[in-house]
Amino acid sequence: MSVVASRVGVSTASVVDFDRSRRWGAWYVAEHELRRIPGYKWSMLATAIGSPLLYLLAFGVGLATLIKTGGTAGIDGVSYAQFVIPAFLCAGAVGTATEEFTFGVLLGFKWNETYLGMNAGPITPRQIAGGHILFTVIRMTITSGIFLAIAMAFGAIRFPQGLLVLPIAVLGGLAFGIPIAAYSTTIREDRGQFAVIGRTIVLPMTLFSGTVFPITQLPIWLQWIGWISPLWHSTQLSRVAAYGHVEPGWLTLVHVVVLLALIVVGALIQVRLTVKRLNR
Amino acid sequence: MRIGSRTSGVSPRVEPVPSPVIEAADLVKTYQSTNAVDGISFEVAPGESFGLLGPNGAGKSTTMRMVGAVSTRTSGRLSILGLDPNEHGPEIRSQLGVVPQTDNLDTELRVRENLLVYGRYFGIPRAVVAKRADELLEFAQLSDRAKAKVDDLSGGMKRRLTIARALVNDPRILLLDEPTTGLDPQARHILWDRLFRLKEQGTTLLLTTHYMDEAEQLCDRLVVVDKGAIMAEGSPASLIKEYSTREVVELRFGSERNQEAATTLQGVGERIEVLPDRVLIYAHDGEAALNEAIHRKLEPITSLVRRSSLEDVFLRLTGRSLIE
Repeated sequence: MSVVASRVGVSTASVVDFDRSRRWGAWYVAEHELRRIPGYKWSMLATAIGSPLLYLLAFGVGLATLIKTGGTAGIDGVSYAQFVIPAFLCAGAVGTATEEFTFGVLLGFKWNETYLGMNAGPITPRQIAGGHILFTVIRMTITSGIFLAIAMAFGAIRFPQGLLVLPIAVLGGLAFGIPIAAYSTTIREDRGQFAVIGRTIVLPMTLFSGTVFPITQLPIWLQWIGWISPLWHSTQLSRVAAYGHVEPGWLTLVHVVVLLALIVVGALIQVRLTVKRLNR
Repeated sequence: MRIGSRTSGVSPRVEPVPSPVIEAADLVKTYQSTNAVDGISFEVAPGESFGLLGPNGAGKSTTMRMVGAVSTRTSGRLSILGLDPNEHGPEIRSQLGVVPQTDNLDTELRVRENLLVYGRYFGIPRAVVAKRADELLEFAQLSDRAKAKVDDLSGGMKRRLTIARALVNDPRILLLDEPTTGLDPQARHILWDRLFRLKEQGTTLLLTTHYMDEAEQLCDRLVVVDKGAIMAEGSPASLIKEYSTREVVELRFGSERNQEAATTLQGVGERIEVLPDRVLIYAHDGEAALNEAIHRKLEPITSLVRRSSLEDVFLRLTGRSLIE
């Protein structure tokens, strides 16, 4: 009761620290979202631990034997598991990002309306958008980190150079996810748009981004999918780190530039749209 | 990084106790081509409890959003705590407590956690927020529900939690948009009691409502709003005095006979109002007016003499009921 009682006739110093809120607002948004994790920690951990084990089993033991009997010594100078595991790690990060930047965004605007609550306080639309990105980075780091640790324990990714796969996967997730977040911000009514994104963008991108076979295996009229795909760029980069995949230096640079450009342009648009949507 | 250097802030400070705390002049908000708010002017003094009374769609919530610095005005002047919300939205919002029309609590968090995360937004240190959360839960009579899921709370409890959340930063102004709409009578009374305590302790309240009894209980002063414009302004008592008589007689004759009865009643009291379901006689002495009606051989199915309320003020000003 003293909170309220303390106000009577006394000029109490404000508990509010606006400078702190202005500087750390985005982190407070992320902190809020991190607090929700206990509610779904088991499904998150099961996915993070289960999927690398499944992939290792299927491609390291199962499919790999098939490919060997076909007479080749794996792909790109390494075993098939070594080739495919970095790609699945990157695809996993893209999957987490897709979830957070579609449902996660609309949750805040519409289904759980927490963005409206934050914005009624001192938190700005920019901090809300930034905070959600920050939270997604943390979530991808946890799940992809577990994936990476397991892959390293089985020798599918080398140590220590392979540690770079983690930031690369996170970059790839953001490069795909943030532009999607901008789109999600424009959705007023859920008419199954996210399912459409899953089927027409995420699935083809996952299949044709050099994940399970090199992009050069495709006819030239399909290779463009890889070139515009953030997943292809992050996968190729992660292969350089994971097992020393050899590619020209300019191409490595292109991967980095494309990923960063998608993140920066996507974030600028996302912030603008968030400002627009929250100003009612 | 400039972590911890608090002196470097160049933001304008919210000045201590400016008077008035809210100043709106010719406030307009246009959506597409319709004016949701069409030239509203009012002032709220520190410690005052000020109400916007009007039917749904009158522009009350839109006004609240502009005052709450989350909606840019189309034109007019607006100053909250001495600052222009167009320029200093976040600074202003850091000093407000907001209870929106629909609760936007985080349903994925527990009751107490909702207060913890919200307090952090204002830059309040973790330990201080934790202490305030416990005190506010007590104030909201939710201490025993601290670990409950938000969805398991009743409507009244959710509302009280939203109010507790709005108080976490010890706001200079508390904005309440339809605080008790949709609650059962008992829950409303508990809520009114809590709000009345805040008012007694000097919290500045700005609230919208379409319940006249709520406005009468909680507002020192109010404006009657209809179609985006102010129809009248004053204290509940002065508005009733100015726009209505002391008492009202409500007579029901059945929907077929109301109009006919009204004709017979001409001259009784000061004014007759015919509604679809009843006839109202505005009179200084209700009993005398009722006797006169019976004297004129009218046999109402039911009759009721009551004091005038803000509902009557609204009816007089707009020709319509508050709740339709």
